[in-house]
Amino acid sequence: MTRERRLSWINGFLLPFLNVLTAFIATAIVFVLIGVDPIKATKILIYGALGYDEGLGYTLYYATNFVFTGLAVAVAFHAGLFNIGGEGQAYVGGLGTALVALYLNPAMSAWIVIPLAISGGLLFGALWAIVPAYLQAYRGSHIVITTIMFNFLASALMVYVLVNVLREVGEMSPESADFIKASWLPFVHDVFASFGYKIAKSPLNLSILVALFFSGLVWFFLWHTRWGFAIRAVGKSNDAAVYGGINPKKIIIVTMCISGALAGLVGINELMGVQHRLFLNFNYGYGFGGIAVALMGRNHPVGILIAAFLFGILYQGGAELDFELQNVSRDIVVVMQGLVILFCGGLEYLYRPILIRFLAPIEGAE
Amino acid sequence: MSEIFLSTVLTLDASVRVCIPLIFASMAGLFAERSGVVDIGLEGKLLMSAFIAASAAVVFGSPWVGLLAGIIASSVLAMVHGFASITYKGNQIVSGVAINILAAGLTMILSLAWFKKAGITPTLKNDQRFLSIDLPGLELIDNIPIIGVIYRELISGHNILVYLAFAIVPIVWWVVFRTRFGLRLRAVGENPKAVDTAGISVESLRYKALLIGGILCGIGGVYLSTAYNAQFVKDMTAGSGFIALAALIFGKWHPYKVLAACFLFAFLDAISIRLQGIVIPGIGEIPVQLIEATPYILTIILLAGFIGKAVPPKASAQPYIKEL
Repeated sequence: MTRERRLSWINGFLLPFLNVLTAFIATAIVFVLIGVDPIKATKILIYGALGYDEGLGYTLYYATNFVFTGLAVAVAFHAGLFNIGGEGQAYVGGLGTALVALYLNPAMSAWIVIPLAISGGLLFGALWAIVPAYLQAYRGSHIVITTIMFNFLASALMVYVLVNVLREVGEMSPESADFIKASWLPFVHDVFASFGYKIAKSPLNLSILVALFFSGLVWFFLWHTRWGFAIRAVGKSNDAAVYGGINPKKIIIVTMCISGALAGLVGINELMGVQHRLFLNFNYGYGFGGIAVALMGRNHPVGILIAAFLFGILYQGGAELDFELQNVSRDIVVVMQGLVILFCGGLEYLYRPILIRFLAPIEGAE
Repeated sequence: MSEIFLSTVLTLDASVRVCIPLIFASMAGLFAERSGVVDIGLEGKLLMSAFIAASAAVVFGSPWVGLLAGIIASSVLAMVHGFASITYKGNQIVSGVAINILAAGLTMILSLAWFKKAGITPTLKNDQRFLSIDLPGLELIDNIPIIGVIYRELISGHNILVYLAFAIVPIVWWVVFRTRFGLRLRAVGENPKAVDTAGISVESLRYKALLIGGILCGIGGVYLSTAYNAQFVKDMTAGSGFIALAALIFGKWHPYKVLAACFLFAFLDAISIRLQGIVIPGIGEIPVQLIEATPYILTIILLAGFIGKAVPPKASAQPYIKEL
């Protein structure tokens, strides 16, 4: 192994692995503190998430949301931008999807309605990201602060829209009417049934294919197109990018639009796939979860798919823990998310000094 | 006339009550950001401290134990932030996000483990909370028209933490602008290298700033659960930490201006409840959500440089790497 390959192996696999491991050990300590056997909890969690097809269906369904928000955060990271507005972009993206899925002619074919509804989510997600992007690029306001503010604006806007505009006459709860049938994404169990295979019912729907498609697209875009190169160049070195004839301001806008659009796809899974109507807080927690997923997946689509699957396991397994054990609620997943963000993000260099100390003598001996 | 006057005074009084956690949290943020460490974990620290304070107050039967416990909880989180962003030079925003999420999860998990209910602590009895105190001379001044009402409703009748909050702002101003520590604090936020070459430790200054922030944020959280309310409830901070952050920017990192911003945002909050359903002639009904969103909108406009300019300390969010 050459030195470079060894270094990339250490940075790309060994360090992230140690970081994730530390986050899990810290979670185990939390379990012990609240009087739960961590090994028993892990068994319940894994069985609940993977042990039977309904559980696996739920796991993949949750994972789908995390793929979208994880990709959103990762694309922005590559341009050196921290988009913590995924929560708001997902929320408003859902509005875009809902508007298409509510008001198109019900007689239209699903082959037209579904792509249009997906585009609605992409468009509204991007629109919600474009103002913070513009302010960062041209007015110098920090994207982190503006995207935080936009998260709050999104929830104020959505409450207003749902209560005053989309709520049906005579309905108490702030929800929209049902979407037109043509916009419903088929459930995976229905698709399997139509081929003659019987699997258990779960909310898993064809959005997962959309998620896989966009993972591939993001990979191709970032590493095999001119725009992707420009984005990564701006992220690595602004000055070098300018010298290479790239306009960083434009790149900031483009990147944030892509990032917001990806986050806007959460509504595809939640609304078109499962609930078939727009309701309050359908996006809850996925935007922030996406930060953990992107950090854990090292901002690479393959890593994000793995990390999203892991978070899907935690979400579904956490629900199972809630059900099985008395003194744990599914909020343990939120704690884990926090710990993953802390150890894979904030403390990502925790083990570097130790590794350097161990590996330097080995290098010297060669 | 007198009714309008009374309701104005009552709205101002409500603003004062809402304003307190914002003041503590934004002063905490002021120390952190002046030292060059971005702190978006204010929300998490408020929430954690509110929970730990309510728990300690109920278990030990004293609000003062609650105060101490809340301060410790918030300071521990502040030190975690310091450990990640100062010692290990990690991304300060990521670390702040981690603290917010961690606090949201831990308060739920621990409340279930300790009190068998997720996201809620037992109601505090009166001797376990900070109660309102009547200022001296109330009977005397109460008889004077106008001033009497203002004194009774607005100035007197708050709990000790309210008075502490208003006392702390001039102290923060004095520390930041009139002491040696304050001078170094501001210097380390603008140009850490200069501070380092003067032989002063950048790391220790930043840790101190974060610790002060942890303590202040802790008091803010304690106020929420043991003074303003009589228990901890799920997500009770409801974005106060972020509004405080907005106020910090809106007040351009200056204690008195930040105080004014806190009060403005709190006033908007108080008035939004009163304006609910009221139709203003010529305009129509103002949506409550619009008033609630105003602090964020104002901050965005300010940040964009359309009304004045908010320039953060120069070394903000950059870990200091010492030359070897």
